[in-house]
Amino acid sequence: MLVADPRTAAAWRRFRQEFADAGPERRREMLRERANQSRTTDLHMIGRAGLGHVGGDMSVLDILTTLFFGVLRVDPEKPDWADRDRLVLSKGHTAGALYATLAASGFFAEAELETFAGPLSALNGHPNRVKVPGVETNTGPLGHGLPVSVGMAVAAKLSSSSRHVYVVLGDGELQEGSNWEAAMTAGHRRLDNLTAIVDRNRLQQGARTEETNTLDPLDDKFRAFGWDVLEIDGHDHLSLYDAFTAARGERPTCVIANTTKGRGVSFMEDRVEWHHKVPSAEQIVTAAAELAR
Amino acid sequence: MSAPVATETFDNRVAFAEELIALAREDERIVAVCNDSVGSSNLVQFQKEFPDRLINVGIAEQDMVGVGAGLALSGYVPFVCGASPFLTGRALEQIKADVAYSQSPVVLCGMSPGMAYGELGPTHHSIEDLSWLRAIAGLDVVVPADPAETRSAVRWAAHAARPVFLRVGRFKVPAVTGDRPFTFGAATTLRDGSDVTVVAAGTMVSRALQAAEEAAEQGVSVRVLNMSTIAPLDEDAIRRAMAETRGIVTAEEATTTGGLGAAVAAVVVTERAPVPMRLLGIHREFAPTGTTAFLLEHFGLTAGDIRQAAIGLARTDA
Repeated sequence: MLVADPRTAAAWRRFRQEFADAGPERRREMLRERANQSRTTDLHMIGRAGLGHVGGDMSVLDILTTLFFGVLRVDPEKPDWADRDRLVLSKGHTAGALYATLAASGFFAEAELETFAGPLSALNGHPNRVKVPGVETNTGPLGHGLPVSVGMAVAAKLSSSSRHVYVVLGDGELQEGSNWEAAMTAGHRRLDNLTAIVDRNRLQQGARTEETNTLDPLDDKFRAFGWDVLEIDGHDHLSLYDAFTAARGERPTCVIANTTKGRGVSFMEDRVEWHHKVPSAEQIVTAAAELAR
Repeated sequence: MSAPVATETFDNRVAFAEELIALAREDERIVAVCNDSVGSSNLVQFQKEFPDRLINVGIAEQDMVGVGAGLALSGYVPFVCGASPFLTGRALEQIKADVAYSQSPVVLCGMSPGMAYGELGPTHHSIEDLSWLRAIAGLDVVVPADPAETRSAVRWAAHAARPVFLRVGRFKVPAVTGDRPFTFGAATTLRDGSDVTVVAAGTMVSRALQAAEEAAEQGVSVRVLNMSTIAPLDEDAIRRAMAETRGIVTAEEATTTGGLGAAVAAVVVTERAPVPMRLLGIHREFAPTGTTAFLLEHFGLTAGDIRQAAIGLARTDA
């Protein structure tokens, strides 16, 4: 098990405080910069390892950054704190994005990122909760995160805890039937302490989702299962923040976050081949320059 | 003809339910998760006493196991109950990823395993479960033989704080374990013997004891091991059997392809002087229509079949 990095955790705390005190435009800028730093970190990590899911990582990083740097009640130095909010990354193939975010929050030292996917590294190609603090359950195979999150939300209800459970789903992943079993349970049990975020980038490994097995109308599907649904721009940090912290009704919330796979890197955006293609050293330099703008 | 198995018989699910309720009264972390199986998992009384702690997700096994994992990762001790063919078959990947690989301390309770649903046919028979689950790292596989051992195993599992699969039989069995409590990872010698060892689990244990009794009348001394932990296997008990008896018969209400017999055989063949074996069970075959009792007979799993196998081994070797 990796251990917290107190200096980075302290910096994360300062960021959280400054964020809490800031006005909307400053907040937007803070999260935008932070997310793009994680994108650059992730690109280097993937380049070093020679593998990773770069397209999905770029897609989901605004969601993860908003959660960890603006929303989640967690403590990087007490990752097992019982009443922490839970974040489950169901689309576990974007482990790189999660690792970059956790390291930037101080859950473990950023130097560990250099080991990503290497022999005996804690940072496996898919997240492992036993090895990596901040990871709540092992994911990788698709369609697992939502049922486990439903269990966590039921547990919070049983314990009368105010902790909230967030689960990030890939859109292609919703083709797995287990999600709909869990969506039904969450709706039936009126789990208002559960928020599912769909990273709706409309691309899966081999093709567009709507060309593979149509998901639309996705909002109606979740509504029919007893959920409240919000549809937003998944790269607009303030919209994400508002959606994650909105006053809740008596139903679980599904945030359909419309995103672009490969977001922030012009030659990757909305291109199916960047699902897990590895950028060259030159491409990383170009991408990092774009992300620094 | 073999003599009838002992007179009074019991449904292990009754012992399971009573012990689970007793535990739930002591510890509010105990919850039950099921798939529309409140009745068949014998959870009616649990639901009456602890309505909030019975989470019925409906006919949705993948969800059921995932929900169990989420509860376990939040400090609860979930007993996830469903008919064994569907719990293990439909949710196999959830058992692997969400429970075993994630080290979520869930107690998976496979109800009515083996051919308990005799006439309902092979779709409802759970004979592959031991093979599937034995292959998963970090998952304990436990098959209690009778009500007393079921109680003892339920109590152990509640405090084990690790992923466990508990096979809870519906087919009525006699009491065989007496006052020997379930001991995780240890085979229990229910009868000592010097010629042949029968290694049995679940429904087969009482039949093995009867077979030993009958074999004794024919001058063959049979040791009977109750192998209630299939994984991890008590390899020392197998090695002792190899050193002290001249052959091993395994008997299980499951496919021999990967189940108890295969587990024991894997130990036997790694020794310098292996002993001959007979693997009793189901050999890659779907069952015909019939009651559980008929099917056990059909597949050669009666006390008489076990006796014959044991005597055959004793005489082959002599």
